[in-house]
Amino acid sequence: MPYHRILVVGAGLAGLRAAIETSFEDVAVLSRIHPLRSHSVAAQGGINAALGNHPEGRDDNSEKHAFDTIKGGDYITDQDAVELLTTLGPKRIYELESWGCPFSRNGEGKIAQRQFGGAGFPRACFAADRSGRAVMDTLYEQSIKRGIRVYEEWLMLDLIVSGGRCSGVVAMDMVSGRVSAFGADAVIVATGGAGGVYARSTNSYINTGSAAAFCYRRGAVLKDMEFVQFHPTSLFPNNVLISEAVRAEGGQLLDREGARFMSRFAPVAMELAPRDIVARSIQAVIDQGHGFENAYVHLDVRHIGEEKITERLPAVREIAMQFAGVDPVEKPIPVQPAQHYTMGGLEVDSSGATTIPGLFAAGECACVSVHGANRLGGNSLLETIVFGQLAGAAALRYLQGLEGTGPHGKALEDAEAEVERHVEALLSRDDGERAAVIREEMKRVMSDKLGIFREKGTMQAGLEKIRELKERVKKAQVGAKGRRFNLELMSTLELPAMLELSEAIAAGALSRSESRGAHFRLDHPERDDVNWLKHTIARWTSSGVSLGCKPVVITQWQPEARRY
Amino acid sequence: MDSVQLSVFRFDPETDKEPRYCDYQVPVKEGTTLLEGLLWIVDNFDGSLSFRYSCREAICGACGLFVNGKYRLACKTQIRELGNGEVVVRPLPHLAVIKDLVVDLDRFWEKYRAIHPYLIADRSGGQGFYQSHRDRQSLEEMLNCILCGCCYSGCPTVQTNPRYPGPAALLKSYRFVADTRDKGGVERLRLVASEDGVWRCQTSLNCTETVASKP
Repeated sequence: MPYHRILVVGAGLAGLRAAIETSFEDVAVLSRIHPLRSHSVAAQGGINAALGNHPEGRDDNSEKHAFDTIKGGDYITDQDAVELLTTLGPKRIYELESWGCPFSRNGEGKIAQRQFGGAGFPRACFAADRSGRAVMDTLYEQSIKRGIRVYEEWLMLDLIVSGGRCSGVVAMDMVSGRVSAFGADAVIVATGGAGGVYARSTNSYINTGSAAAFCYRRGAVLKDMEFVQFHPTSLFPNNVLISEAVRAEGGQLLDREGARFMSRFAPVAMELAPRDIVARSIQAVIDQGHGFENAYVHLDVRHIGEEKITERLPAVREIAMQFAGVDPVEKPIPVQPAQHYTMGGLEVDSSGATTIPGLFAAGECACVSVHGANRLGGNSLLETIVFGQLAGAAALRYLQGLEGTGPHGKALEDAEAEVERHVEALLSRDDGERAAVIREEMKRVMSDKLGIFREKGTMQAGLEKIRELKERVKKAQVGAKGRRFNLELMSTLELPAMLELSEAIAAGALSRSESRGAHFRLDHPERDDVNWLKHTIARWTSSGVSLGCKPVVITQWQPEARRY
Repeated sequence: MDSVQLSVFRFDPETDKEPRYCDYQVPVKEGTTLLEGLLWIVDNFDGSLSFRYSCREAICGACGLFVNGKYRLACKTQIRELGNGEVVVRPLPHLAVIKDLVVDLDRFWEKYRAIHPYLIADRSGGQGFYQSHRDRQSLEEMLNCILCGCCYSGCPTVQTNPRYPGPAALLKSYRFVADTRDKGGVERLRLVASEDGVWRCQTSLNCTETVASKP
């Protein structure tokens, strides 16, 4: 069975950046898809760093970036981690640039920057509105240059912990259906968010969160799972992302009467208030009957003109035309909020170390925490490259202090055999529900009961439903019996893990009796710093999630009222 | 709700002697994409159908297919727009089938790697390079390539000469040649200037027809 000193799981931006950092060691990357199909490519608007390249951004600096991030996250960010993020930001951006990243340019030939929601200055560097694709291409190119080995189309199905430390993973080769353990002295999980647990999500279909859940089941701790970002503007009806860049370039949100309703909710920042506020405003307008078809509002960019739309928002224009038959040059874009980002994740320190020795995590699957209760646009791409690099460096340091390296033979064989038995059992069962039925119920429950507006009774019902689904999935059967590229088998193997995350989200949301950032409770509409200025911690037990808490790190910014 | 019949290519090289087509009646409403239709089949009808997908918004390049004789991304193809008749869904032609609609793109990626698809520069770190707005914009068309493999599948020269890099790799090479920051120079050109390289292009220009990432 394969063995590498470092195994990175996930080949998006965080995973590849970690692999590049460790590329002089014996490192390999394992990914369920070809690296260039990773969800990182879907990021559109930009990547934040206080470069001060824009005339209006001359006074910007990393401290101001940190403050915006902390306020944007409604003060539940760990401020030391945020300062690390914003201080290292410019260095990582210039590194990307020197690796060939095709950033858009301003008139001086410097990296262009645009204004994003919740930001005090134009700070988001971008490559038209295909920023994620541009950065992803660049990091993949660098991984080719360094000859980094990638196991493509391998789906992680378990984490191996032996002798008190992480010693590898079990994964399935999607093509052959073969199960194999991968030995490793250090594992870096960078597998992205869990949008797949929601019915309405902008995430790629591959974003199930299952890898993080497998780590959780083996003892890694989850943090702040109740904080789920709903992006204000996803295309109606199929929830493809319509970038914040549209509002950054002057796009206006209009209700059915043609009123620019953000003036009622955020009179100063208007459409460029943080995402949680804009998403709630849109949903409120729809719920009060001022939307279209009780489902969406209009995002209007007609006034900025065809030339600017073509240059700055080409992908958005193409998406609107392809998926909704609307050319933004001529008509407003129909938009509605949809799940977009998982602020919570595997609890890590600012080097990326989880609670299990030898297991590191970076990117959306991790919670450092730099996004707190609400992530600012442009900070997720930054997080991937800053903390991907740090996690790689931390894994290297961990290896230096490690005694007795090499594959843990017996533990690996046992773990592989256990997963293989599970797969065999699934394939040989001939009765029971199909997992797809249970999965659709989970998605509906999460969207209906744990969406933008939350309340004790509905969340309680949601949690009970999730627990019912956890029982039902144990008896699910797989109709397709072959091993080769079996999509149904893979989604059935992932579903119990997705339900674990759903349970952690629901339980965390139910316990947090306050409103903060993206977590808004109709029955507790105010922030409660006395009781709730703390992280939620979720531990896996065989009888369900067990909740705890952890203090928030505050360095120099005391919590204050959050107005825009 | 209306329904449309999808006739889908099926082949498992491990167990099947030859390929066949399976017909599925798929519910369709305004906006239903081919990818949604294929996923509906897996969830509701036949879990053994295999295909690749990821972003479902035409940016990752995973779901290139050959539909009613045209190259398309499944995620941005609306079933209704394919007309009222039967819809025939095939894997990308001229490539080995791994299973059903999943094809082997190893050679495609080998050729991508062979052109040295990374910036060759004489320095790194510091404040990065300057590049004029105009020079950056001149790269835009090449940057829009999402490496879905459709052009490679449809190129007659690729099919007749196994050493020919194919359109995507050549485009990637030019993306760096045209980048004012790149110092690859002659070395970069040598990689594609051989008899089996760019000169082997027979200008049939199928690639410009098959570009699936364009509307």
